[in-house]
Amino acid sequence: MRRDIFQAIADPTRRAIIALIALNAMTPNAIAENFNTTRQAVSKHLRILTECELVTQEQQGREIYYTLQVEKMKEIDKWLSQYRKLWETRFNQLDKVLSTMKKQKK
Amino acid sequence: MKNNLLFDFTVDKAAKTVYITREFDADLSLVWDAFTKPEILDRWVAPKPYVAKTKFMDFKVGGRRFYAMVSPEGNESWLIQKYTSISPKTNFKLFNAFADKDANPQLPGSDWDYSFSEQNGRTKVNITIYNESLSRMEKMIEMGFTEGMSVTLKSLDDLLSTLSQK
Repeated sequence: MRRDIFQAIADPTRRAIIALIALNAMTPNAIAENFNTTRQAVSKHLRILTECELVTQEQQGREIYYTLQVEKMKEIDKWLSQYRKLWETRFNQLDKVLSTMKKQKK
Repeated sequence: MKNNLLFDFTVDKAAKTVYITREFDADLSLVWDAFTKPEILDRWVAPKPYVAKTKFMDFKVGGRRFYAMVSPEGNESWLIQKYTSISPKTNFKLFNAFADKDANPQLPGSDWDYSFSEQNGRTKVNITIYNESLSRMEKMIEMGFTEGMSVTLKSLDDLLSTLSQK
């Protein structure tokens, strides 16, 4: 199942995990230490983030490290910028329509 | 020359809500008409080179608007809106969804809230869009709007790459 990237960031714990590993790749245990939830709960969040391709796992020796995929995060911002751009374009067109209507009324 | 009309666009990803505020240099009744009359809506809602075509629009509570965004190649993306509340020249609300060509909505949709207020001859419009699923908005972009905006997006891409090189 392809997960919705926005689902990944809709949860506050997942957003906190993203902020944590943005600086350094971390093991699940190290991540879990930052939260008052169970290790299982953190694992579940990490699984969702992985399925959304927002994080990747890397084996280093006996440990698994989670790394944030910065490019994927940028995709979200890029998409939002597109949506903003769409509204800007639309409103600029409306400005022209309104000014035409104003002239016609006079 | 660029105008100095207010434009504010914020997204609360957690609340799956988009907030848009825009000021227009026209009085309230004109702006209200521009948002509620099909012949005017069709002149501005589709970003060029797309065109909007309203098949029917019944602006009353419970009434619907069925329209298409038509690409330069002639591809039609249909949308259906149902008006859920109307306070003339103040506010209206609608439920918006993609549709097939027979006006059957494809859920999930989104709830839209438009508020209008006039001050010193300018009209401010506040739009709140609540999405059951933010991926739905993602789809809206995928459905072809990107093409029409590729030129502006190109410069955005350049900007993003400049920023990431820092």
